[in-house]
Amino acid sequence: MNHLSSETFRENAKAALADTHLRGALKNATSLFGERRKAAAASLPNWEELRTQARAIKDEVLWHLDQYLEEFVSSAEARGAQVHWARDAAEANSIIRTLATERKAHIVVKSKSMTTEETHLNDALEAAGVQVVETDLGEYIIQLAHEPPSHIIAPAIHKTRGQIGALFTAELGMPPTDDVDQLTSTARATLRDRFAAADLGISGVNFAIAETGTIVIVENEGNIRLTTSVPRIHIAVMGIEKVIPRLADLDVFLKLLPRSGTGQRLTTYQSFITGTKRSATDEGPDELHIVLLDNGRSRMLAHPVTRQSLACIRCGACLNACPVYQQVGGHAYGSVYPGPIGAVITPQLMGIEKTAQLPFASSLCGACREVCPVKIDIPRLLLHLRGEISPRKGSMAERLAFKLWALAMTSAALYKLSATAGRLLQRVVPVSRAWTNGRDLRPIESRSFHDLWSDE
Amino acid sequence: MKVALFVTCLVDQMWTSIGVSSVEVLRRVGCEVEFDKRQTCCAQPAYNTGYLDEARKVAQRFISIFEESKANAIISPSGSCTAMVRHYPQLFAGDAEWLPRAQSVARKTHELSSFLVRVLKKEDVGASWNGRLTWHDACHGLRDLGVRSEPRTLIRNVRGAEFVEMDHADACCGFGGTFSVKYPEISVAILDQKIDAIERAGVQAVVSGDASCLMQIGGRLSRQGSKVKVMHLAELLSHT
Repeated sequence: MNHLSSETFRENAKAALADTHLRGALKNATSLFGERRKAAAASLPNWEELRTQARAIKDEVLWHLDQYLEEFVSSAEARGAQVHWARDAAEANSIIRTLATERKAHIVVKSKSMTTEETHLNDALEAAGVQVVETDLGEYIIQLAHEPPSHIIAPAIHKTRGQIGALFTAELGMPPTDDVDQLTSTARATLRDRFAAADLGISGVNFAIAETGTIVIVENEGNIRLTTSVPRIHIAVMGIEKVIPRLADLDVFLKLLPRSGTGQRLTTYQSFITGTKRSATDEGPDELHIVLLDNGRSRMLAHPVTRQSLACIRCGACLNACPVYQQVGGHAYGSVYPGPIGAVITPQLMGIEKTAQLPFASSLCGACREVCPVKIDIPRLLLHLRGEISPRKGSMAERLAFKLWALAMTSAALYKLSATAGRLLQRVVPVSRAWTNGRDLRPIESRSFHDLWSDE
Repeated sequence: MKVALFVTCLVDQMWTSIGVSSVEVLRRVGCEVEFDKRQTCCAQPAYNTGYLDEARKVAQRFISIFEESKANAIISPSGSCTAMVRHYPQLFAGDAEWLPRAQSVARKTHELSSFLVRVLKKEDVGASWNGRLTWHDACHGLRDLGVRSEPRTLIRNVRGAEFVEMDHADACCGFGGTFSVKYPEISVAILDQKIDAIERAGVQAVVSGDASCLMQIGGRLSRQGSKVKVMHLAELLSHT
């Protein structure tokens, strides 16, 4: 896999900017998603009210997460589900690997799940000799290409249909075409066989209802319905923040999520899974396992400012709206979660050592906050993370420059010599060259406004 | 009404005509303008780059200077710097001494166009300018302060000016403070979308409410030899 690292964001981004195929694909996809989202949001007169409600529900859950999780677990167990708690990615993968090998599973079908991308579950299963087949079309494409996803809901958003045609010819032996229907039909036919042969289905979870123990998963392709119903065993993997209190709370999220993600009023399928089958003659898996993943989430929960990042429902709207994401795409971030929310979540999940560039990969324009269906103040979180990172990881020159700047800005006399401070900043940040490579620099005025005011 | 001008460090050093024009317009609509010469910067460069201790020092100075003013309002020809002052309470959360002082200064601070339209109820300031122009929504004015209709109203009332909306007027120009030099390639790639939209609009000038965006946009237009001029709203409104 050609996983890029967050540590090399700058270089990743430069390479992305030079990739004309990538930029064309990104421009088409993000503007299409963006326009559809706008129209879908405008079609509901109470959009703002829904956002406020959704956030209030998420805040309530986050304040009492322990209680809602316990309620969810006992409701799910009462209906026959087996629940597993995983402290981190390794523990989650080990639980799932053990379940797979104990049950002698050879083929696993998977539906799209960002949480299992986060834990790199496929690598762990393949290392244990289990064949893993991604069944979401986009995930299937990037699995064939040995690439990570580049968008939260549209994993192959970075690829043109021409590139996908070439990939299918190379990997599946189909005649060369860039016809979308033909490509989809070929993928569908190949995947049908895999569903029939699979011993185990692994899915993610969009919402987990504490009151009923139900897990809810939304999709358009029907592959999740198959993943969770055809194989004997279903394992659902979810971050602990996915729980909501009551079935009645789901309504607002089912209005917001598809509209924010793809601009749909409703996804084609909504699967509600409550425990295992009630009697032997019922259809569906014999076993349902639910893996609850922490992996840094309780640490995020503990902090009053960053807690709100856990309200994210993974719609991807902030990616489509972000001017930086629109230019460089998801891979440049070197993280499973790219874009504005990725730049907020990744440093919290992985620590700031290798991810320190991400919170700075934003012009702080606020477009992400404007589209977020749960009103996460992403710019504020980015600023908070910058405040954690700069004093510790900023270059010595930058830290010194800002100390001198603060001195200059707090003294009328020194401010008068602020051209000096400006020159210092320019020397250490190389402001001028970084600026003038692409833009002319307006010359500093010969007389300041202060001087002009004195004349009067 | 008596107003205190916060000219911003950028205008003070890089684009003084915006300050001169702001004073002209404010006087024309009947304001008495004062200018405290101790003023420097709003602290945004440090705040946005994560140097909060330094940002607090500069913000405290701003608060100390402007709370002494007897003016009814503090006016700035910048949505971004105004938004920074409105953020001061966040910078002093939990600080019993500075939080209330920050709140009181933040409440008094207004961006120029919203002050004219919302507070003074002036939609026509008697300006005239011949030509076709468009408006770029600077992000912080738009999304932090909710300034959208005010500048458009003022521009539509400029005699001789033909106002056209460009595509994605509310999209970022890619400046983003230190972002513009930390990631110059991304900044310019974003900027080029804006430049395309401006050129497609077929205007003589692009107007905005922040000198920073105008330096970014103007720097690229001039690099590409474009005929389109950049103009701050205050400059347009002072034109008669």
